[in-house]
Amino acid sequence: MIAQTLPANAGLYLSAILFAIGVAGVMIRRNAIILFMCIELMLNAANLAFVWFSPFAGVQGQVFVFFVIAVAAAEAAVGLAIILAVFRHKETVNINEFSLLRF
Amino acid sequence: MLGLSEILFYFFGGMAVVSAVAMITRENPVASALWLIMTFFSLAAIYTLLGAYFIGIIQILVYAGAIMVLFLFVIMLLNLGNEYEPDIRGKTWLAMGAGSGLVLLGLLARMFSGETAPLGRQAGPRALANHVADVGVVNVIGLPLYRDYMVSLQATAILLLIACIGAVVLAKRKF
Repeated sequence: MIAQTLPANAGLYLSAILFAIGVAGVMIRRNAIILFMCIELMLNAANLAFVWFSPFAGVQGQVFVFFVIAVAAAEAAVGLAIILAVFRHKETVNINEFSLLRF
Repeated sequence: MLGLSEILFYFFGGMAVVSAVAMITRENPVASALWLIMTFFSLAAIYTLLGAYFIGIIQILVYAGAIMVLFLFVIMLLNLGNEYEPDIRGKTWLAMGAGSGLVLLGLLARMFSGETAPLGRQAGPRALANHVADVGVVNVIGLPLYRDYMVSLQATAILLLIACIGAVVLAKRKF
C-alpha cells in the first residue's frame, strides 16, 4: 500500500519541519544526551527527504539512507562513550560545565 | 480524494512533529528519549507508506531497537532519569532557538516549494511499486548496494568496527 496521490512536496515539508525542530532543540537544551538525540532527529529528517525523492530519482536514495543509518549508529556509540568519559571527570552532562576548550 | 494511505501519511506526519516537539520540551531525559522513539516509529510508518519497506523495517530495528536502547541505557547508567536538573535555557536562548528554527524552516520550505518532481526517467510512486514487485523488497536495496556501492559498503563495515573499538576504549575506566 503506497501513498500515490500526496501533494508533490508534502514529505519534503515534513522533513524541513523535523529538521528545524532538531535545530531548535540543539539551541535550547543543555543536556548533552538530549543534544545527541536532536542530532539523530536531524539525521532522520534528512533520511525522510532521501526516501521521498527515491520514487522520482531512483532507489539510490534508499541506499544512502542505509549508509546514513549505519553512520548514525557508529556516531551514537562513540558519542555516548565520550559522554560517559566526560561524566566521569565532571559528574555532569550539562554542556555549560564543559568549558575547558572554550574561551 | 483522500485514500487510506494518504490519511495515514498525514496522521503519522502529525504524530512525528508532535512527538518531536514533545521531545525537545520534556525536562526528564527518559521522557525525551521515549518521545524520540515515538518519532522514529512514525517515520518508519511513513517510510513504509512511501514504498521503502526495507528502510522502514531497518528504522525500527536499528533506530528504535538499538540506538535508542543505547541512549536509554546511558541515561540510566548515569542516573539522569530521576532528580534531573532542569536544562532548558532561558528566554533569550528560547527566542534564539525558535528564531533559528523558523528561519531554517523558511529557507528549506522556499527551496522545496519549487518544481522538484519528476527528476529522473522512472518517475512516480507507481513505478517504484512496480520495481519492488519486480525484484523483491530487499533486492531493491541489496542489488545496488552490492553492485554499485561495494566499496562504500566495505568502508561502512570498517567504520562500524572502528566505532565499536573506539567506544570500548573511550568508555574504559583506566587506560
